[in-house]
Amino acid sequence: MHNFDFAKPSTIADAAKALAGDGAQALSGGQTLIPTMKQRLAAPTVLVSLTGIAEMQGVCTGDGGLHIGAATPHAVVAREARAHYPALAALAGGIGDPAVRSRGTIGGSVANNDPAACYPSAVLASGATVVTNKRRIAADDYFQGLFTTALEEGEFITSVVFPIPQKAAYVKFIQPASRFALTGVFVAKYADGIRVAVTGAGNDGVFRWSEAEAALSANFSASAISGLTVDASGMNTDLHGSAAYRANLVKVLTGRAVTAAG
Amino acid sequence: MPKDHGIGASTKRREDIRFLTGRGVYTDDMALHGQTAAVFVRSNVAHGRIKSIDTAKAAAMPGVLAIFTGEDFKDVGGNPAGWLINSRDGTPMREPKRPVLAHGKVRHVGDAYAAVIAETYSQARDAAEQLAEDSVIEELPAIVDMKAAVADASNRVHDEIPDNVCFDWGWIEDNRAAVDAAMKAAPHVVTLNLVNNRLIPNAMEPRASIGEYNPGTGDYKLTTTSQNPHLTRLLVAAFVLGIPENKLTVVAPDVGGGFGSKIYHYGEEALVLAAAKRLGRPVRWTAERSESFLTDAHGRDHVTKIELGCTKDGEILAIRTETLANVGAYLSNFSTATPTFLHGTLMSGPYKVPHVYVNVKTVFTNTAPVDAYRGAGRPEATYSLERVIDQMCRELGLDPFEVRRKNLLTPDQFPYQSPVGLLYDTGNYQATLDKAVQMADVAGFEKRAAESKARGKLRGMGLSTWIEACGIAPSNLVGILGSRVGLFDAATVRVNATGNISVMVGAHSHGQGHETVFAQIVAEKLGIPESSVDIVHGDTSKIPFGMGSYGSRSLAVCGTAMTKAVDKIIAKGKKIAAHMLEASEGDISFEDGKFSVAGTDKAKTFGEIAFSAYVPHNYPLETLEPGLEETAFYDPANFTYPAGAYICEVEVDEGTGKVDVVAFHCADDFGNVMNPMIVEGQVHGGVGQGIGQALMEFTTYDETGQLLTGSYMDYPMPRAEDVPFYNVDYSCQTPCTHNPLGVKGCGEAGAIGSPPAVVNAVIDALHRGGHTHVKHIDMPVSPSRVWSAING
Repeated sequence: MHNFDFAKPSTIADAAKALAGDGAQALSGGQTLIPTMKQRLAAPTVLVSLTGIAEMQGVCTGDGGLHIGAATPHAVVAREARAHYPALAALAGGIGDPAVRSRGTIGGSVANNDPAACYPSAVLASGATVVTNKRRIAADDYFQGLFTTALEEGEFITSVVFPIPQKAAYVKFIQPASRFALTGVFVAKYADGIRVAVTGAGNDGVFRWSEAEAALSANFSASAISGLTVDASGMNTDLHGSAAYRANLVKVLTGRAVTAAG
Repeated sequence: MPKDHGIGASTKRREDIRFLTGRGVYTDDMALHGQTAAVFVRSNVAHGRIKSIDTAKAAAMPGVLAIFTGEDFKDVGGNPAGWLINSRDGTPMREPKRPVLAHGKVRHVGDAYAAVIAETYSQARDAAEQLAEDSVIEELPAIVDMKAAVADASNRVHDEIPDNVCFDWGWIEDNRAAVDAAMKAAPHVVTLNLVNNRLIPNAMEPRASIGEYNPGTGDYKLTTTSQNPHLTRLLVAAFVLGIPENKLTVVAPDVGGGFGSKIYHYGEEALVLAAAKRLGRPVRWTAERSESFLTDAHGRDHVTKIELGCTKDGEILAIRTETLANVGAYLSNFSTATPTFLHGTLMSGPYKVPHVYVNVKTVFTNTAPVDAYRGAGRPEATYSLERVIDQMCRELGLDPFEVRRKNLLTPDQFPYQSPVGLLYDTGNYQATLDKAVQMADVAGFEKRAAESKARGKLRGMGLSTWIEACGIAPSNLVGILGSRVGLFDAATVRVNATGNISVMVGAHSHGQGHETVFAQIVAEKLGIPESSVDIVHGDTSKIPFGMGSYGSRSLAVCGTAMTKAVDKIIAKGKKIAAHMLEASEGDISFEDGKFSVAGTDKAKTFGEIAFSAYVPHNYPLETLEPGLEETAFYDPANFTYPAGAYICEVEVDEGTGKVDVVAFHCADDFGNVMNPMIVEGQVHGGVGQGIGQALMEFTTYDETGQLLTGSYMDYPMPRAEDVPFYNVDYSCQTPCTHNPLGVKGCGEAGAIGSPPAVVNAVIDALHRGGHTHVKHIDMPVSPSRVWSAING
């Protein structure tokens, strides 16, 4: 790891100011950034911690659903969202291991947009709103490909607002080494329809499976998707599974998520 | 009532107090006055010619004290292979020099070609990055695939070795024609092509070394993560650096796991010693985890064709194998023995097979060296054999339990001379098979399978009846087979004046629990509390000699040396007691810690005798030396032959291909058991590693020789949730006939016996589910492979 300066502002405004400096990099739970720095693959000159800002912490209900501060660790979400949005809480409680869940944050995960991360599927399937220090971004506009988001230079997430569904479930099939999602499917049922978001499988990161959404909106049961096929050409191939295997997982896990949602 | 003390008691591991409370002292924990840091510059290409290394910029960077390149070691020796293997035609193996730092060529990603020593680690790392930038390495086509390596003589890992073959070994070559004839005449022949997947050892503690040199005395000291400090001293002294053995101390303090990977001497150890001498300051190095992945000796990596000739009712008539075994870029110390004498000699398993022939070609590739990893050759043999027997059962419609019963050696057939060179001294393979069948409730399987089916899962059961040869090894035998070292061991028992005891043993404990078990044995034999006995290991300046811990040898070999040294203590004690009790030596008996005169109530305690030996006021000084300390060296008469039967049950999820091991039953014969708790722990660990190999672990190099599974993001290690609660039994005991404790070895058993049981269970599940086209799935039987096999 190379030397760096460290700032820990206590307001969003101060954080924005600190991040405007040359070589500044936002740090949340550090579960991706710190290992990258230790390998000398990243060398920011200033790390700006976002974990000391009170208004970016915690879980509460409010306008538009469940508000989760961007710097809230997964373990806190797992605990505090349970009563309001159990599928989301279960997702948070299944990320990594206890150490990761104690440090890693929802804002860090959503900002990084790792194609195998869990949270992006929940954000997209819930039609959540990503709130930043500058604006509000709809989930459908936010995710723009592998590690790519609508966030601009100097912009950082302050909270995520999740509309609460009638039913939902997340089913993840883990990559056996990293324990990230080899494929994960989040299914959410709202009054105005079903949303299905898939992480881990797509070439371009998290995506919505619209055919399944249509079929499930007509009939919310696993059998509704049995006639569908997933096109493997949009899927990712790596050491742990081929595109065809992932396409199969998308369908199998969607069915299981629907069953789990009840 | 189980014993709570001495032999056979499940004494809690005394070393765990320091390990579990953070008080262990590992190499990297040591801080030394004036210490410096070494960082290695490693090749990022798999194969390349070193054109130039410009050290000027790096040498001028802050804190840099010294830079070494291959040039600095071109006139010293290389790190040798420990076994000389001859090819079928009688020619000796090709043995390229393995230098301290690569010279001329780099041969695998991670091959170190330079090292920087600086005041701090960060400074050394900065300069190493600079040095990498200032090095010109011309990339050459990488040789990764073994078949391609053998086929293409134009591309060579070592320029002087034309076909990349180290040797082409036949075992036993004289039997080949008879085996071919038996195979031809067999009513049925089963053929399987198998890959025994390459594994990366992943000890919890990465390798680390500290070199020290005292210019005032000329003494060197190497503190290092070794399973085998005396061997490292011998190799560094006699082969690599030419340091006189008496001027080099090697210390292996607490070591966090080895699994084979720390048996061997590595170039980093020689480098820190050479650097310490140049600087006159301690030089330390600790591997990063990524360096461990790239440079620790890997395990397995065999590609095998096995043929089994049999009768239609499953009597095995002949076995023939052809194997390509990867040795990587250089010959690690045991790399030539592992695929040969630790593999081919086990190819008849626990069965009576008249005709067996094994052919192994070892191949150089541009990958990390491959060497012994928990089980070392024996898992490969067992896997080939137990898989092909299952396939035979499937092809002929036979019951895998009955077929094994039909072919297992029977207790009246011992000692048994196997057709592949081993003399099995004792065993009862029916007993362990019967026990396993009972433990696994084989009769109740169909009911469990139906219950699994109701939950949407396919259930399968797999069996493996395994044997291994461990407790290596008789020196005269291994000498004939090509070993360049003896494989005895040694122990000194030092009784202090106050009656407590220090035992210096050549075996090295890196997690096994020697400090507890060895003390139990000494305490039992001398009739004293375990707490009065300390076990000292891992320091060549304190220990008479040792050949280290690997090959499940510590108890059978070093434990026997220790027992013999204790016997010498008792014999001397009898002489002292005879004098003190005014009796003849022949009338003195020793029992429960007391020397007594037969037929009288006259007795002296062990403590009184010890005191007298050091305060010899009333002592036979004319005929007996004072003091009470004895050393014994022991060279085993034979290998020991643990054996057992393993039954695995799995559930397969057809939708995802995921395999869950839902039950695992082990019925093992380890001979006499010294500490049941520790034996169970060893079996748990071994089976866990076997399940890891069977279902999860794999090592992939791409076609350019880059290691794709070089971190825990891609190399899957089994975790607690991936293994079941094990059902372990060791009550079937046929004591080893040639060591006084009657012990065999338990360290590798689980890793040897379990992989075929798991894979056999998966294939069974798939067949029960109607997927009868699936003949075989190579390990790891990962979800994607199972799904592809089902849908392929």
